[in-house]
Amino acid sequence: MDELTSVFVQESREQLASMESGLLVLEHQAPQPDDINAIFRAAHTIKGASGVIECHFIEAFMHKVENVLDRLRNGQIQLTSRLTELLLQCCDHLGHLIDVLEAGNPEPDESLQTAGEALLAELSRNYLQSSDPDPDARSMGEGEASLIAHSVDVLAAGGVLIGDSWHISVRFGPNVMRGGMDPLSFLRYLGTQGEILAIETLPDAMPVAELMDPETCYLGFEIKYQTRGTKADIERVFAFVQDECELRIIPPPAKISEYLQLIKELPEEDMRLGEILVRTGALTQAELDAGLEAQKAASLSEQNQDGDAPQAPVQIGDILVEEHQVVPKELVEAAASRQAQISTKKAADARLIRVQADKLDQLIDLVGELVIAGASANLLAQRSGQTELVESTSILSRLVENIRDSALQLRMVQIGETFNRFNRVVRDMSHELNKDIELIITGADTELDKTVVEKIGDPLMHLVRNALDHGIEPTALRIQRNKPAKGRLELNAFHDSGSIVIQVRDDGSGLPVEKIHAKALERGLIQAGQVLSEQEIINLIFEPGFSTASEVTNISGRGVGMDVVRRNIQALRGTVEVTTQEGEGTCFSIRLPLTLAIIDGFLVGVDKSSYVIPLDMVIECIELHADQTDRNFLNLRGEVLPFVRLRDIFEIEGTPPARENIVIVQYAGEKAGIVVDQLMGEFQTVIKPLAAIFRHLRGIGGSTILGSGEVALILDIQALIQRCVRGEEKALKQQALLKAG
Amino acid sequence: MGQLTSTGKAAVRAAVADAPQQYLTFTLGGEMFALAILNVKEIIEFGTVTEIPMMPKFIRGVINLRGAVVPVIDLSCRFGGLPTQVDRRTCIVIVELNEGDDKHDVGIMVDAVSEVLEISATEIEPPPLFGAKIRTDFIEGMGKIEGRFVIILSVSKVLSSEEMAMLSQAAESVAAGTVAATATE
Repeated sequence: MDELTSVFVQESREQLASMESGLLVLEHQAPQPDDINAIFRAAHTIKGASGVIECHFIEAFMHKVENVLDRLRNGQIQLTSRLTELLLQCCDHLGHLIDVLEAGNPEPDESLQTAGEALLAELSRNYLQSSDPDPDARSMGEGEASLIAHSVDVLAAGGVLIGDSWHISVRFGPNVMRGGMDPLSFLRYLGTQGEILAIETLPDAMPVAELMDPETCYLGFEIKYQTRGTKADIERVFAFVQDECELRIIPPPAKISEYLQLIKELPEEDMRLGEILVRTGALTQAELDAGLEAQKAASLSEQNQDGDAPQAPVQIGDILVEEHQVVPKELVEAAASRQAQISTKKAADARLIRVQADKLDQLIDLVGELVIAGASANLLAQRSGQTELVESTSILSRLVENIRDSALQLRMVQIGETFNRFNRVVRDMSHELNKDIELIITGADTELDKTVVEKIGDPLMHLVRNALDHGIEPTALRIQRNKPAKGRLELNAFHDSGSIVIQVRDDGSGLPVEKIHAKALERGLIQAGQVLSEQEIINLIFEPGFSTASEVTNISGRGVGMDVVRRNIQALRGTVEVTTQEGEGTCFSIRLPLTLAIIDGFLVGVDKSSYVIPLDMVIECIELHADQTDRNFLNLRGEVLPFVRLRDIFEIEGTPPARENIVIVQYAGEKAGIVVDQLMGEFQTVIKPLAAIFRHLRGIGGSTILGSGEVALILDIQALIQRCVRGEEKALKQQALLKAG
Repeated sequence: MGQLTSTGKAAVRAAVADAPQQYLTFTLGGEMFALAILNVKEIIEFGTVTEIPMMPKFIRGVINLRGAVVPVIDLSCRFGGLPTQVDRRTCIVIVELNEGDDKHDVGIMVDAVSEVLEISATEIEPPPLFGAKIRTDFIEGMGKIEGRFVIILSVSKVLSSEEMAMLSQAAESVAAGTVAATATE
């Protein structure tokens, strides 16, 4: 796939996403013209771009969709739920077509083709045939005709109608071909610079066969053209034949008087030219008719004139211009606001740059090295004792740190985009399941690392689908249970203690503990008589091969979901927890580390090694008094605080110093103390993941490089404390067994 | 014609296989070992190694290799011997491993690096069934150098992250038990 195509695929997916979200918005609230315009613009961009890369199957499909959207935009058809549904299906189909293109296939396969045709057939049957009188004709009659070219009716024009299209009228001179120029090649080139929406050939100048000189060019063209370029760009296309051809360009938005001027100036017969303009979509039939009426009246009144071509059009022009001298105010405002919108959108585009992720990684690595090199320079400068040198290196290192912060920030993305995908999922599934469910998204601006965002999509999808299918009850049952008929599904994200927590919460029936227990027995996941706490039973849903759905629906119930969810989350070094209240709802909390992010760390030392504790977890630091008992807890202002000696857990040799310190940490509501030798203060920590051989290591979250170039380990407080809890339980059991034995 | 090219290719392949390859030799506990040089990225002086707690002995720790955190393996321990004593000539050989799509660096600690030698394929014997006192799957072959046999190590086996991760997991769960035991005493 060439670069152009891959850019197209990527951009089309983005446009598609914005189309889809736009449609979903329309479903819930009264359509605003801006929303429809946004959808239309997205569809149009895809169509235009597909033309540029010559992907005709997408172009043809989008052409129809665009027509429907255009009619919607002009208020010619009303938005119904069926139409929204259909347009969403079109979005899906377009997604498939883009897949086809991405896979490098020249054509979509038969089933896809049929599906697409079915969609198009329904679109054109129900939404493209205008049964009501042409709205433009009506408005003409009322004397409020739009003077902006885009209001022309699609069907009358027989082609697409884009508001901001140019009209180009070109007559190649007789000597063009003799000069070695092929008119066709200019048109082709024109096609590459923009989009030719409609083209009409004018062979009128062609003499009868015997008089025709094959070397003379007799042709002229009327072109409806869309481009982002300027008038000068269009003129440049024809630069080689500048002297040989007559070129007239009407920029958008064109006034009808300009077209009449054009009709007047061109050598062809007015009537015929008028038809051509209608066919290219520059004018409507209604506008032309009105013009011609006026023309007749004018020629009757001026009987002394022969009424021949060169004279009359002058009057048409005048009459039409007079008739429409006052451009309705709203129209002017609408045009102005649309232009303003387009320019702000362009400005927004310009603020974003696409960068390959590995380039960013490389940058971050380099910056990391820069930091370390800077730190060692700093150290040397201090040793040299030259004040000026110390000063300049400290300025340097501050700048380097700023660079590091900005570089790391580049990789962080908001989770909102991932969440928004679920709008569609919830909508589709609630239709399918016949449940009324609303999705509430909070914390969409929570930032996390891009790689994590990419990988969390699938597990979230499982959880959301499960919640919709099993969690939230059917409407009838909800009413029976005195719950609001509308189910709620909440997606929430927030930062907590150096990790990100993503919650999927529903207000459904909750997890049936007894049913899970029975099922687990049946599946042989647990033994009869095994004593399990409620939480332990609930956690059984994460075991492979577990599913409580009595029947397998096509949404969930194959019993692979939760198992895969847990595995995927663990692969990201995260954890998943579930809390449930029978009859009230279920909440899944996914806790993920902010890998590759910067965290504010708190540097502590034990013996010669340094460790980093995420600063968010640190509550306070106190001195450990020597008169403590050998039990590992202390009295913290009347509270019992268990603590753990890092020296013991990590089996660090050597004797503890006379004064030990204790760092009090909080994690998910629990407090604990960690005993260390020294406190070394805050430290901006760049997390470096440890190699694959350390992946089973619990208690160490990663590593970082200190200013001295040494590696320090980052503590994973939760895992560390769990480890102590588990270890102590195990040891006590062993002791009990020994005593019993 | 086709036949001709294919035989030609075969000949080229054979020639490549026969062509002497370069090996880095180093000593470990007084014994000489060799390592295909294509795996070796660089050799650095033994510096500060940060120990990783709860890991088996053969994982010496991690070092900072120009911004990347690279694990260091004590080869002597990996082969079941005593931990390597650090002295003036102790080196870390940085080896690049390809495991599937994954490419990563691992450092190995050796007593001293000797030289780079050429050993042709004909001079390499298959590993002995036993007697080398290290696992036979760690041995790629026995290279003949000046009438002596040198063990050529199979880097992918010796430094297999799969196996090392499993070993460290085992070590860690043992450690968890002992820590708690000391804590409750």
